[in-house]
Amino acid sequence: MPISRPTDVTATLDALAASPDADLLAGGTDLVVEVNLDRRRPEHVIALRRVTELAGHDTTDGRLRLGANVTYSEVEHDLAQLVPGLAMAARTVGSPQIRNAGTLGGNLGTASPAGDTLPWLLAMDAEVELASPEGDRSVPLANFLTGPKSTARRPAELITGVRLPRVEGPQHVSKIGPRNAMVISVACFAIVLDTTNRRVRTGMGAVGPTVLRSPDAERAVTQALDWDALTCPEDAIDAFGRACAEATAPITDHRSSAEYRRHAVGVLARRALRRCLST
Amino acid sequence: MSTGTEVRPGTRSGLGQSVRRPDGTPKVTGTFAFSSDLFARGMLWGRTLRSPHPAARIRSIDTSIAERMPGVASVLTARDVPGRPTYGLEHADQPVFASETVRFQGEPIAVVAAEHPELALRAVAAIEVDYEVVTPLTDAEAAIGAAPIHPDGNVFRHLHLRHGDLDAVGAVSVEGSYEVGMQDQAFLGPESGLAIPVDDGGVELFISTQWLHVDRDQVAACLGLPPERVHLTLSGIGGAFGAREDVSLQVHVCLLALRTGRPVKMLYSREESFHGHVHRHPARLWYRHHADPDGRLVKVEARIVLDGGAYASSSTAVIGNAVCFAAGPYRVPNADVDGWAVRTNNPPCGAMRGFGAVQVCFGHEAQMDRLAAALAMDPVELRLRNALAPGDELPTGQVITGTAPVREVIEAAMALEPPPLAATDPPADGTMDLPGGAGLTATRADVVRGTGLAVGFKNLMYSEGFDDASTANVRVELDHRGEPLATVHCAAAEVGQGFVTLAQQIVRSVLGVEQVALRPADTTIGSAGSTSASRQTWMSGGAVELACLAVAEALAERAGYGGGAPDEVLDLDVVELLREGPIDRTRAHHHPPTEPLDEDGQGDAHVSFAFAAHRAVVDVDPELGLVKVRHIATGQDVGRALNPQAVIGQIEGGIAQGLGLAVMEEMLLEDGRLRNPSFTDYLIPTALDMPPVTATLIEQPEPGAPFGAKGVGEPPTISSTPAIVAAIRAATGLELPRIPVRPEHIALAEA
Ligand SMILES: Cc1cc2nc3c(=O)[nH]c(=O)nc-3n(C[C@H](O)[C@H](O)[C@H](O)COP(=O)(O)OP(=O)(O)OC[C@H]3O[C@@H](n4cnc5c(N)ncnc54)[C@H](O)[C@@H]3O)c2cc1C
Repeated sequence: MPISRPTDVTATLDALAASPDADLLAGGTDLVVEVNLDRRRPEHVIALRRVTELAGHDTTDGRLRLGANVTYSEVEHDLAQLVPGLAMAARTVGSPQIRNAGTLGGNLGTASPAGDTLPWLLAMDAEVELASPEGDRSVPLANFLTGPKSTARRPAELITGVRLPRVEGPQHVSKIGPRNAMVISVACFAIVLDTTNRRVRTGMGAVGPTVLRSPDAERAVTQALDWDALTCPEDAIDAFGRACAEATAPITDHRSSAEYRRHAVGVLARRALRRCLST
Repeated sequence: MSTGTEVRPGTRSGLGQSVRRPDGTPKVTGTFAFSSDLFARGMLWGRTLRSPHPAARIRSIDTSIAERMPGVASVLTARDVPGRPTYGLEHADQPVFASETVRFQGEPIAVVAAEHPELALRAVAAIEVDYEVVTPLTDAEAAIGAAPIHPDGNVFRHLHLRHGDLDAVGAVSVEGSYEVGMQDQAFLGPESGLAIPVDDGGVELFISTQWLHVDRDQVAACLGLPPERVHLTLSGIGGAFGAREDVSLQVHVCLLALRTGRPVKMLYSREESFHGHVHRHPARLWYRHHADPDGRLVKVEARIVLDGGAYASSSTAVIGNAVCFAAGPYRVPNADVDGWAVRTNNPPCGAMRGFGAVQVCFGHEAQMDRLAAALAMDPVELRLRNALAPGDELPTGQVITGTAPVREVIEAAMALEPPPLAATDPPADGTMDLPGGAGLTATRADVVRGTGLAVGFKNLMYSEGFDDASTANVRVELDHRGEPLATVHCAAAEVGQGFVTLAQQIVRSVLGVEQVALRPADTTIGSAGSTSASRQTWMSGGAVELACLAVAEALAERAGYGGGAPDEVLDLDVVELLREGPIDRTRAHHHPPTEPLDEDGQGDAHVSFAFAAHRAVVDVDPELGLVKVRHIATGQDVGRALNPQAVIGQIEGGIAQGLGLAVMEEMLLEDGRLRNPSFTDYLIPTALDMPPVTATLIEQPEPGAPFGAKGVGEPPTISSTPAIVAAIRAATGLELPRIPVRPEHIALAEA
């Protein structure tokens, strides 16, 4: 099995063009599991670790860009000030070993409905940067995620990173699993009180075919909030929780029941909002 | 029987001290060779074809394509088994390969040996099996009266214990039904072994197992070889907990080695491992407890149905234990306990740490709390009032002649303040110590706290007339520097419990020889019995002690003390005496005989008992149903702690496994199909789930036990589970009749 180890995006795209069936390998924490379970048999692997443009983060025109190869450990330890919600999400992922290897690009590439960075990225209206021989494009995350483990990425495309608006304001991400750590999400909720644009932004994970948001719930609570004092009437907080729960489309599987997922995400929504308010 | 060796204080690294494991450093530094690391030049790789269906008739098996594939050395099915076509620990009812009928998902149909594991995988995929799928029988209650799914019938054992006055009733009675899900041992080292053909037509097998000799006898019977042509050596084991008591790949890998004339290695994948060993029996329990107004138990009625899955394994002994210990460690003058272990098309169940006592402890402890509530009595006081003591009679009619510090273990568990809580109580917001852990789902305002107590017990060693003796050889000689060296040879399987450390400690304490080597455990010496039933410290420890005493006697004779004065050996000039040559003695240790239970479940069936109590403190987030166990305090009856650190290790590990059963560990089955055969979905506790443990060891030397020590491996797993669930009940007010308790059981019950 050939393994390519390109060091820049151009060479990566060339390698991908030469063998369109190749599997891209970032941290391998999804890909290698698939191989071990005999669900995927790579004919050709393109390893991304050395591709310099995929590493690190930068800020231009007030927008933040995170490279596809940024690991959970980097987010958790180095970017906690810059992207606090994402750092909370990153901390819930796997074990330290997984967080050292797993990347944002991999989480986007896999596009699991339970991918833990996705609710916060959705709340932030993140755009996924894609590069291909035809040129670069960026796709809003909501359009990038087309279903459970399916994306709008074309075979010749490489995810190079995500772009985010810089927003001010409190944020929180919480995740439920039937174990206190290292567990696949049964429900995940991200909230950002965007005080710059005076808008409540949310994202919900593991409660639908892809991560979801409830525009109705967001609109209603945005209106109910006192943005100067950062307070919100109790009944509006409760209504927000209910509206979020109603916007979900969860499934029942061996990890949880649909009923519990819906209930839980409503509770998380209410609590996450309350945590972001001043008391 | 014990010979009552005194432990001399001051012996370096002897008994009573927390001596380090000889395999500890290699294990933590990654150099320890596990059975999965086995390698032989020119070896082939074996792989098993398993049924995807829980129940089916096999119309045909076509191996021709697989056989013709390049690199494939052999493809074997039931036709190729030269000896007995079935095996089993107590009843040989399990086919080496299914040939006509499939009785559980994952049942082996064929094996392949190939030059590379990948080729073996492809060859397995190329075998064509024509199945006629049948509706599986998956309900244990229904199985009792259903058409038999095996020629031996659907009931492995029905045991109806009747004791005292069956018409007695109490002024107060409480009734309850409970359910226990299927737990897996979830050891980390998957099944693996290496078989090498021997010139005499026999075979040598390197294997991770709990009992070399019982494997050997089953393998030899299936191979059609005399047992002496089958030689087993223990390989590095990554955990066992009962799951390595049954044969898994042993027969298959030896068949392949003999057929191909080459070494063959087999190594299960994680998913295959979940299908490849027995699990803890799921249970349905019904109880009615009667008591007088003072809380004294009058009668316990129970019905226990254990789902044994497709094959017998040790189901008959597990239901025996469940029935004997159904009422818990309490004085119960009258008892009516009806126990069933039945066959279904679910995965086979057998031995797991706690062995039948775990399931019933969940029931009897829930009942004791219910009874306390009905009597408006403190549940601790209710337990103390009924606690078994030496001289009391069990519902089997057996009188406890050894120690039974039930009151002491309860008082110890209750006395311990949970110190780690003080500083962080309740944990601060934003920390991972709240329920939900790393998920940051709760603030302290969302959390309620509960405390629960549970008490349990079980037998040590095998019961009901079984003589599970152990054999050990001890040799002393001068090494190349002229220093005394003792070498211990014993077939006891080291599965992590620390027998290797203990054997060295015993030799040092009894013979005063500091340098102790261990030969690999194998079948060139007599059986040591199984590493299960909390029995190796007593049984193989006892055998090592006897062999040491025989060596001491021989040394004393050499020194001219005719008649032997073994206690003096520590004062002899051993170096001088050993100049005449090595001394080598083999001895077997038998526990006092027991008797079978009669048709009413009566008899002196057990050798000895060990008791423990656990008090759990839990924080619960009732709205989300998430739980954080904050602290466990335990009192455990250990007889004597021969290696205190090893005892604590067993206690902490056993509690972790009990916690798993309480709140997360379950093999999820749907129509006989396993939904979660992976560590992604079969969840075991992480460091963030496991609380600090405070333990008090109750040391009352057990008469008749070598060094007075009781086995310590199982009690921590028995009552930790019900203690945690009792604490969740106390926090939430819910009944929670089923384990594991899942978040929805709490959150949606409330809604
Ligand atoms: C034990 C364990 C625990 C885990 N726990 C969690 C958890 O709690 N939460 C969670 O969300 N996930 C979890 N995961 C899944 C996994 O760690 C994450 O999805 C991670 O983000 C994957 O990143 P990676 O770099 O390892 O991806 P890889 O495995 O290398 O790749 C994943 C997929 O993305 C594709 N890909 C990678 N990079 C690119 C790119 N630049 N452009 C296009 N396609 C690309 C790959 O081809 C592949 O299909 C866990 C995995 C394991 C093994």
